[in-house]
Amino acid sequence: MSETSSRIIKIVTKKRYKNKYHWTDYFSYFYLFLGVLLMFGPVVWLGLSSLKTLAGIQEYPPTILPLSQIQVNVDGYDKPLPIFNVTQEDGSVKQLAQIKRIGINAKMVDPLNPGKTVKVPIDKREKIREFKIQWENYVDPLRKYDFLLYFKNSTFITVVATIITLIINSMAAYALSIYEFRGKNFALVFVIGTLLIPLTIILVPVFYVVANFGMINSLWGVILPGAATPTGVFLLRQYMLTLPRELIEAARMDHASEWAIYWRVVLPLSIPAIAVLAIFSIMWRWNDFLWPLIVLSKSEVYTLQIGLNAFHGELTSQWNYVLSMTMVTLLPIAIIFAYLQKFITTGIASTGMK
Amino acid sequence: MENIRNQIKIFFLRILNIPFAFLMHAIDLIMWPIQKIVGVRNMPYIFLLPNLIFFGLFVIVPLIANFFFSLSSGDELLFAERELPTTKQYDQLFDCESYLNPNTCTEDFFWRGVYNTLFFVVFQVGLMIFFSVLTAVILNKKIIGRGFFRSVFFFPVLLSPVVVGLIWQWILLKNGAFNAIIESYGGDKVSFLTDPSWAMASVIFVSIWAHMGFYTLIVLAGLQAIPPNLYEAAEMDGTSRERIFFRITLPLLMPNLLVVFILASIKGVQTFDEIYVLTGGGPGTSTSLIVQYIFTTGFASSGSVQNFGLAAAASMVLGVVLLFLTLMQLYFSRNKESKHQEI
Repeated sequence: MSETSSRIIKIVTKKRYKNKYHWTDYFSYFYLFLGVLLMFGPVVWLGLSSLKTLAGIQEYPPTILPLSQIQVNVDGYDKPLPIFNVTQEDGSVKQLAQIKRIGINAKMVDPLNPGKTVKVPIDKREKIREFKIQWENYVDPLRKYDFLLYFKNSTFITVVATIITLIINSMAAYALSIYEFRGKNFALVFVIGTLLIPLTIILVPVFYVVANFGMINSLWGVILPGAATPTGVFLLRQYMLTLPRELIEAARMDHASEWAIYWRVVLPLSIPAIAVLAIFSIMWRWNDFLWPLIVLSKSEVYTLQIGLNAFHGELTSQWNYVLSMTMVTLLPIAIIFAYLQKFITTGIASTGMK
Repeated sequence: MENIRNQIKIFFLRILNIPFAFLMHAIDLIMWPIQKIVGVRNMPYIFLLPNLIFFGLFVIVPLIANFFFSLSSGDELLFAERELPTTKQYDQLFDCESYLNPNTCTEDFFWRGVYNTLFFVVFQVGLMIFFSVLTAVILNKKIIGRGFFRSVFFFPVLLSPVVVGLIWQWILLKNGAFNAIIESYGGDKVSFLTDPSWAMASVIFVSIWAHMGFYTLIVLAGLQAIPPNLYEAAEMDGTSRERIFFRITLPLLMPNLLVVFILASIKGVQTFDEIYVLTGGGPGTSTSLIVQYIFTTGFASSGSVQNFGLAAAASMVLGVVLLFLTLMQLYFSRNKESKHQEI
């Protein structure tokens, strides 16, 4: 009897997948582990390397942490020389400074006795390292080059463009969601239609329009062409359609002007959708590249993205500065993402746009 | 503690609200008389006006102007000083002995761009969809730390093309981290970005790295829309996981994937930024796509004159391709909606 009942219990509680690992489970974790390495690795690597000295960055094979070789000043030599632990023929280890490397041998000198140089095979020496963070990588470009100005330009474009975008797009969305009027469908089709025309196919004529307004090499030439976004109008309209009409009727009864209804009733209620659009707009503007590249050709109006690209083109060997400034360019977006990732992901998932 | 934090938040929000309210009151001073003049009935037109002006100036007018640019010749930007009308640009663009061999064309740079774009889009979109679906299916499982993994795969989407280009250019250097890893496993160094046979593969890889998260998110949304009772029924019948994937998940995801496919193709055809930073279209012309051609002929010809007409003609060709893809998207997304209504 008890045997049967326990068997019944076993059959009832038995689940095919519970506590049993399928090969797909192992594969999933393996894949995710690889994914983290591949997706996150490059940025972590960038962050760590931006704290290395130039010599440390150019070292091959590279070290993971910012461990730079210790250098000493030796009498009779202009530049500080790197020191090595050298294994002598009798097995003892001595610290020597390297003057230069010739093939498989290195010309080295004892820092305590700078008069005499010795030849050492390179496989007999080992680098002496210390943990050192090179903050100069971040400070120097901001001081010596115009990166602060670029940063300011980028911030100006991002802030002003986002404010303009939010105001005019929410106005259009308000008209298209709250009112019934003649030509509404036409206006809607018009807005959706512009969604289908990307900037890449009208580069020349938009440049022509901007040039006619005299906005070449001006930050406004970057801000204005993308201020009205069909994505934004659409996103806000979808949200505003869900607001209760009674509120608007009530406000109208109280003799509120239409503009007052818009900014005192509808806007505050649409904050979630406006926040999503604001994040999108900040992202678009901060990362924008092709259009600023065309409009801005003088270095005093460069944005961070254009400045970074130009800087890299001019000074290909200065990877320490390029890496640190890449980090500075990436950071604002990374911080925004860390705080607001829910908004961003739901925004993208619900609109299918970015 | 919580209370104090909230109060501080409200305080800051109020301060932020002051300039906003000030601006809105100021605009009201203009809008109120306008409302008196045109009446409440016509106010929506006033609200629509700023947006429509921007659309008109920066989308509609340029779209029409593009025709005229592509049908005119000359070095000047102003229409008054251009030669009109002429089909010279299109003649030059399509002047080929054989369309299959870019070397026989007058504008061989353009035709190389066309073929490179085709190659790029086929592989980038194909591989990206494969990996997006794989990632989305795995992220849709009950795994530990799902939120963390999801943001890991998503975050490269937010990086700017310049940042993506520079990071990978540096990692893929001959003496870069990637080659160090390859050598430590006994392989040979590869010049990923300067060897013509590797450059395109590297560019495709980086492009997938940068955009995969976006499509993963869309596929994930599609996966979550599949009714769970289908899975429950299958599980009750003892269906194997492989069968569940191929018989339930994949067929129900298909309409979603079609839209993703077209969306990715539309974006892929227009790729420019990352490649421009990563390889600059080189070595030679091995990674230069159509938009790179438009940009170079229209705005960045070093030494020679900028040819706006030719650039406009090339964008018209690109526009036709995009129009075709967009119509396909509209057709399929309409089909998808009607199917949903049937269910």
